[in-house]
Amino acid sequence: MDISPARISVPTEAKKGDIIAIKTLFRHPMETGYRVDRYGKPIPRRIVKRFSVTYAGDVVFAMDFTQGVAANPFIAFHAVAVETGEIVFVWEDDQGKIVTERRTLTVAR
Amino acid sequence: MKDLVKSLALIPILALPPSSASADPLPSGTTFQSTAIRAQQADEGANPGMLWVEAGAKLWGRTEGSAGKSCAACHGPAEQSMKGVAFRYPAVEPTTGHLLNLETRINLCRTKNQKAAPLAYESGELLGLAAFAARQSLGLPIGVRIDGAAAPFYEQGKAFFYRRRGQLNLSCAQCHVDNAGRKLRADTISHGLGNGYPTYRLEWQTVGSLHRRFRACLFGVRAVQYDFGAPDYLDLELYLASRAEGIAIETPAIRP
Repeated sequence: MDISPARISVPTEAKKGDIIAIKTLFRHPMETGYRVDRYGKPIPRRIVKRFSVTYAGDVVFAMDFTQGVAANPFIAFHAVAVETGEIVFVWEDDQGKIVTERRTLTVAR
Repeated sequence: MKDLVKSLALIPILALPPSSASADPLPSGTTFQSTAIRAQQADEGANPGMLWVEAGAKLWGRTEGSAGKSCAACHGPAEQSMKGVAFRYPAVEPTTGHLLNLETRINLCRTKNQKAAPLAYESGELLGLAAFAARQSLGLPIGVRIDGAAAPFYEQGKAFFYRRRGQLNLSCAQCHVDNAGRKLRADTISHGLGNGYPTYRLEWQTVGSLHRRFRACLFGVRAVQYDFGAPDYLDLELYLASRAEGIAIETPAIRP
């Protein structure tokens, strides 16, 4: 199922200097490549390779995944609100599938 | 004389059907989970089951089938129309007399009203729609009808629950009544209530239906596993819902 694979919790507004919590969920099988199917045939590896987040043009979070991460990874981190801008979330899996989500954070002075 | 009054006072209590005999609802399976799992379940931003709920919300508005209708075309916003629906299911569909749970009700709506193909029982789409519909009743207490047309289904479900089965020769009740709250390896045995379904199970690494859980239980006692949506499972689902009377819906719950 490919419908809305990402879920993001991020405030829409913050004051300058505030520390904001960002939580993300991503629906993905994270197939390790170590398992076999019922006929003994290896199930090919399919994992998210990289998750990166930019805020107002700067990378604020990036992470490389391995096959040790469970399915539907939940990633949470913090960032400092500096200016009004777009937060762009990008998940890229090893089959080259890219999912991009955008949220706008409005920062009051 | 006093003793006679006491014993007379007991009679009406004993005469009540078993589902309503206990005034206090049984504890939800969530109470047996670790604080970490309970916190994750309560946090919409961290509960992975919400991915399916969100997909269900998208599907709610999508036009399907030759009738050219979406769920929303008839039912409007689910936040209003689906609130207080899930806790009445499984329920008897009056025109056919069949017992339907949320999943089979959604599929009936698809084939009858949307003129679309039914969704596969354990598909992400059907789980998403069921989870989304049930989520609208979050926190509302379960209360299914077990009288009238539902009575025979209830009796069959109850018989299923107490019947020994499989190579281990165990009934549902021997674990979920006699030993509820005690340990089965690292897990605490729940009372076997379906108030968090469709549920995200860490073992499955996905959201799954109550019937998938039934199949896992029957596999555990080495008994015959029925198909998803089988009448036996629907009867059992009704009986479990009657046991869960008064317990809040927690869909999508998280279980190990």
